[in-house]
Amino acid sequence: MPEAVIELTGLTKEFPADPPVLGLSQVSLRVGAADYVAVVGPSGSGKSTLLNVLGLLDRPTSGSYLLDGIETTSMPDSARTRLRGSRIGFVFQSFHLLAHRSVVENVMLAEVYGGRDRKNRRTRALEQLDRVGLSHRVNFPPERLSGGERQRAAIARALLGEPSLLLCDEPTGALDSKNTETVLALFDDLCAQGLTIVVITHENEVSGRAQRRLRITDGVLSEDP
Amino acid sequence: MKILDLWNEAAAGLLARPVRSALTALGTVLGIATLVITLGTAATAGNQIVGRFDELTATSVTVDVPGDDRPLVGWDDVREVTRLRGVTSAAAVAEAKESANISVRANELVDPSRMTELTLTVVASSPGLPEAVKGRMLQGRYFDAGHLARGDRVVVLGERAAQLLGVTRLDRAPAVFIGTHAYTVIGVLGDLRREKSLGSAVLLPPTIGQRFGLREVTRVLINTSIGAADLIAKQAPLALSPSNAAMLQVTAPQSPTRARDGVENDVNALFLILGLVSLVVGAVGIANVTLVTVMERVTEIGLRRALGAARRHVAAQFLLESSLTGLTGGVVGASVGVVAIVVICAVKQWTPVLDVRLAVAAPIAGALVGLLAGLYPALRAARMEPVDALR
Repeated sequence: MPEAVIELTGLTKEFPADPPVLGLSQVSLRVGAADYVAVVGPSGSGKSTLLNVLGLLDRPTSGSYLLDGIETTSMPDSARTRLRGSRIGFVFQSFHLLAHRSVVENVMLAEVYGGRDRKNRRTRALEQLDRVGLSHRVNFPPERLSGGERQRAAIARALLGEPSLLLCDEPTGALDSKNTETVLALFDDLCAQGLTIVVITHENEVSGRAQRRLRITDGVLSEDP
Repeated sequence: MKILDLWNEAAAGLLARPVRSALTALGTVLGIATLVITLGTAATAGNQIVGRFDELTATSVTVDVPGDDRPLVGWDDVREVTRLRGVTSAAAVAEAKESANISVRANELVDPSRMTELTLTVVASSPGLPEAVKGRMLQGRYFDAGHLARGDRVVVLGERAAQLLGVTRLDRAPAVFIGTHAYTVIGVLGDLRREKSLGSAVLLPPTIGQRFGLREVTRVLINTSIGAADLIAKQAPLALSPSNAAMLQVTAPQSPTRARDGVENDVNALFLILGLVSLVVGAVGIANVTLVTVMERVTEIGLRRALGAARRHVAAQFLLESSLTGLTGGVVGASVGVVAIVVICAVKQWTPVLDVRLAVAAPIAGALVGLLAGLYPALRAARMEPVDALR
């Protein structure tokens, strides 16, 4: 059995309230290398909570989460931050590109906190931009890019540093159908190159492209046939 | 995170909103400029006031020569003093009780109907007296080494003495009678700024003074350049009488430093408060804008945390941004302050006095203000949970 990139066991997330609000309930999940997983579900079902926990942005209340075989739930904040920076790439619905930086500078931002050598950072960023087909937009400011190009720039940023897991939160939510197709084709390629992808979406078109569909309802995760 | 990366991120953060950054720095600019102007103007004005009011006394040194069996200071010894660096003029004088009230007449005949006989002070002096008393020859000339060498029977009258004796013109070589002997008046000395009492005296060459008991030098009047008085006060006795220097009594002006410090302190106390208030206002401005910036950049903070930024990285970036804002304000403020002082001095024709340390301290103070002002916003930014920041 190949080693899992993600391994969740009995993961629960409660939000403090009276009574506590259950975000995730006893979630167990195994995602292997080069898996392409889509998580679907209605609003408020716990999709974003799952993504935040998977992305080490939030801690579960109980249960276990192994990322690349490393137990993360008991890790101190600083170690989780380092692990997040080195193993996880994020793609957001609204891109989160810095408006006052060029495309390549936005991509290079991913290596600022990793402690990697500065020397070839630009070269590595250019390689990722080439990988997502944005070599011709290197020095453009984000506002001069189309929605699809912005998302591809954000994907290039997520890919810099060679993460083992790409977490995407509604990556095509702000794109038209043409750009959606471009981004999904890119995910197909990345998956074929061995990258593990988890996409949170409510769009059937997106979830249909994944190898595996999971449905989350009231914090309970299940396989979606 | 590398230092250079931190620097780049902070600089990029500031340059992303250049107008806002400039306006934020304006508070510090005003505060630092006020401080620099305050300190610089106080020092300049203090120096100027002391210079104006005390120039005469600050440059006057008097050496009193006590009476002794033998002369402690010779008439020629005054030349040794004039050789000292910082001495602008010097003269020796001899006064004596017996020469304080000597009968002086303007003509040979004793006319009972006219008050031509007066009781005046007779003083012997070395040739450099006009300069030493900061006076000028209203008429004629002062006696010189030639008169002394020849033993010429010449005198110079003080302005008041000349008026009293009715000596108004020198073209006919008028004479005055001191005792029974006639002496040619060769000059009238007036406009004395120092030793004004000599204006009503009859001034004699030492060679003539001997006849009136004025053999020994009783005082040496010395003028120095500004700032040299203290040094000359120490050196003059040794120059005048190396073997009896300790017996000579020197009267030197009080150091002007205390007066200047007093003026500086008075001005500083008033305006430093103003400068500090401006600086505090500047700091509050930086804190305020930085806090607003943090709130505006919540998503960016979330993104940075998602990309692996630790809390300290976020805090360091905002602290560096606020410090750079303060530093820029400090540099510009110090420059504005220095230029303002130079302009003030140019208009007032003062000599600008500015502590060079201020040029270094002002930007550092600005950076420190920025650092302190950025503490709270930076902590707020660092405490943000990435999941909340990205929501």
